[in-house]
Amino acid sequence: MKVVNLNSRSSQVTFLRRMLLFLVPVFISFTGCTQHAKTDAPQSDTAAVTGEYSPALTFAPNVPEARYSTTPKKVIVEIEVVEKIMKLADGVDYTFWTFGGKVPGPFIRVQEGDEVELHLDNNANNKMPHNIDLHAVSGPGGGAEATMTVPGHSSVFNFRALNPGLFVYHCATAPVGMHIANGMYGLILVTPKEGLPNVDKEFYIMQSEFYTKGKNGEPGLQPFDMDKAIKEQPEYVVFNGSVGSTTGTNALQAKVGDRIRIYAGNAGPNLVSSFHIIGQIFDKVYVEGGSQINQNVATTLIPSGGATIVEFTCKEPGTFNIVDHSIFRAFNQGALAQLIVTGPADKNIYSGKLADQFYYPPIPAETGKKDNPVVEPTALEPSFADRFKDGHALFESNCSSCHQATGLGLPGSFPPLAKSDFLMGRQDMGIGILLHGINNEPITVNGKHFQGVMPQLSLADDQIASILTYVRNSWGNKSAAIKASDVKKVRN
Amino acid sequence: MIIVCFLAPLKQYGKVLQSNGHINSKNGASGMLSIPGGSYHAFLRRKDQPAVIRVRRFLLDINAVTNEDFLTFVKANPKWARSKISRLFADPGYLKQWADDFEIGNDKIKSSPVTNVSWFAADAYARWKGKRLPTQAEWEYAAAAAPVGINRGARLTRIILAWYDRPNPVILPPVRSTYRNTYGLYDMHGLVWEWVDDFNSVIIQGENSGDRTSVNSFFCAAGSLNSVNKEDYAAFMRFAFRQGLQARYTVKSLGFRCAKDCAGFN
Repeated sequence: MKVVNLNSRSSQVTFLRRMLLFLVPVFISFTGCTQHAKTDAPQSDTAAVTGEYSPALTFAPNVPEARYSTTPKKVIVEIEVVEKIMKLADGVDYTFWTFGGKVPGPFIRVQEGDEVELHLDNNANNKMPHNIDLHAVSGPGGGAEATMTVPGHSSVFNFRALNPGLFVYHCATAPVGMHIANGMYGLILVTPKEGLPNVDKEFYIMQSEFYTKGKNGEPGLQPFDMDKAIKEQPEYVVFNGSVGSTTGTNALQAKVGDRIRIYAGNAGPNLVSSFHIIGQIFDKVYVEGGSQINQNVATTLIPSGGATIVEFTCKEPGTFNIVDHSIFRAFNQGALAQLIVTGPADKNIYSGKLADQFYYPPIPAETGKKDNPVVEPTALEPSFADRFKDGHALFESNCSSCHQATGLGLPGSFPPLAKSDFLMGRQDMGIGILLHGINNEPITVNGKHFQGVMPQLSLADDQIASILTYVRNSWGNKSAAIKASDVKKVRN
Repeated sequence: MIIVCFLAPLKQYGKVLQSNGHINSKNGASGMLSIPGGSYHAFLRRKDQPAVIRVRRFLLDINAVTNEDFLTFVKANPKWARSKISRLFADPGYLKQWADDFEIGNDKIKSSPVTNVSWFAADAYARWKGKRLPTQAEWEYAAAAAPVGINRGARLTRIILAWYDRPNPVILPPVRSTYRNTYGLYDMHGLVWEWVDDFNSVIIQGENSGDRTSVNSFFCAAGSLNSVNKEDYAAFMRFAFRQGLQARYTVKSLGFRCAKDCAGFN
């Protein structure tokens, strides 16, 4: 290195100039470093975990309980793949390939920042190799690359849940479509660090399609049909793995006033879902299961291989049908689930039918062409014979299913009308019964005790008059005809 | 002793060649057949590999090695007995369908393919017989032949998919209980998966270890990108299965059959 000569002024200037040239970038780089440290430092993706646990895994429609931690944890999840024959629809069986023995697979719930240690076991009795791709994983194959497992063996890998959201997981062994089509999917929820708002009930629903050789409804063990899968023409579109899995006695249950959150996934393998609950509005939708929140949505899209989170409050009691609003899927292929809400009704929010009336079309303007004028039916009271005939017809369609065409009813359940002292002895001639129904009040008919519900039918005055005329003059009963005006008097 | 391979015209299915050290048992007589040389269309290939692979004439067992066959091997070579074998050469599932080291225990599976055997065990058996395991190319080539007899006209893909659709049977059926193909071989598909010598040659790794950009294993779209015949999706599963194996693994539905070189002829 050359010795610096500072003897002359020019060499001093040169020296200073050189020092400045040297120092300035050093100074800048130092300050640059500090700036860099403040704004560009990478997020701590891999903060140390402070403990480990094995969360409960639940099957649809249940969701594991919320659990919050201020620090990331190691979460140990173990899932066993089982190939088994189960019911797809009434009389229809299918060889499902499953995570955990059910379709959809278990619901995994972790927190943003957690480290997940995932064990994938392939039951020794299975025939197929399997793996798992979780959409919550940042890494090749979403884990599929690390988990290819033959029967009788197990694979383990770890991943960090970096992003909050609701994600699908599925088997990704080639041919992937077939593994998904046979039932290998589920949901993993990564709750945000700050947690999700409290709700009263959380549910897990997953839509998917099934492609069977036989047509929808054809009984027996149905094989998978690859041609239909490629053409995207399923025979079944279902919620939670089979037709009727979440309807009737298996429906979701809630009470009026409950705040509900539904984690809804769509496994595909092909179709996009137009997710809608008939009679409910989602006041909150976490769009595509992410962090963007939409509000006041009735029908929301769930991508194939994606998910959504919807929230709403139950305002009214009733049975609410959950559908894919590509509506033939719901009513002809099985994409129907139900939410039953019990509790008090509020007629100010929903009144039910208020009236059932004759529709008088508006009088058209003079066009030179005259529609047939509407003829007001005569206000005269119909004859006894007419009332009787009308009443007979009305009785057949409204009453005979319980009281029987013979008027004998069903002992212990439905009181007889034939020679009924309860009916014939009434001051209102039975009009009150047809106006209001009977709601569990005990009554005695011909010495026998009855206590039950007779539904309140919405019948017009004329109809009630006809029915009572018929009933009070059949099977040994005898009375005068009942007039529409009689009914009107009792009604008011 | 020179093993001479006779040309086996496709019509002559019955021509069976005896190999050295072979014991003929009544059921599942493990005779071999000469498979004529030909071309095999690789299911999956790298850019630098040919799409069409030449397969030389070779001998292949008519059916899979049975439990009975394997028992004679274990009796003659007791270090391959269940309680003696090193964990390096077989995992804990080794021969678990047998009652004991030297006893199958269930007559119903005497003539069924032996399963729960590792690649090491299968390879040792083959060498003991003066044979070897078939290469993947040889096996795939021989397995591509169409069914004959009552199954004539059935598409192989349908046979395979029907097998995938069914759960594993409780009692594995005996060899020769499914279909025979034009080479005279039984049950190449539809009974058990079978070991091949180079079972992990399917994995295409990049030159650098940890090269994650290369087409690697049979998951997601990776497999379909490089497959020559996308219609043969049933084959995807078979290749994926092999990719999940390690040499010491045993699987309940995985057996093997042996091959042998044909000296002299091409």
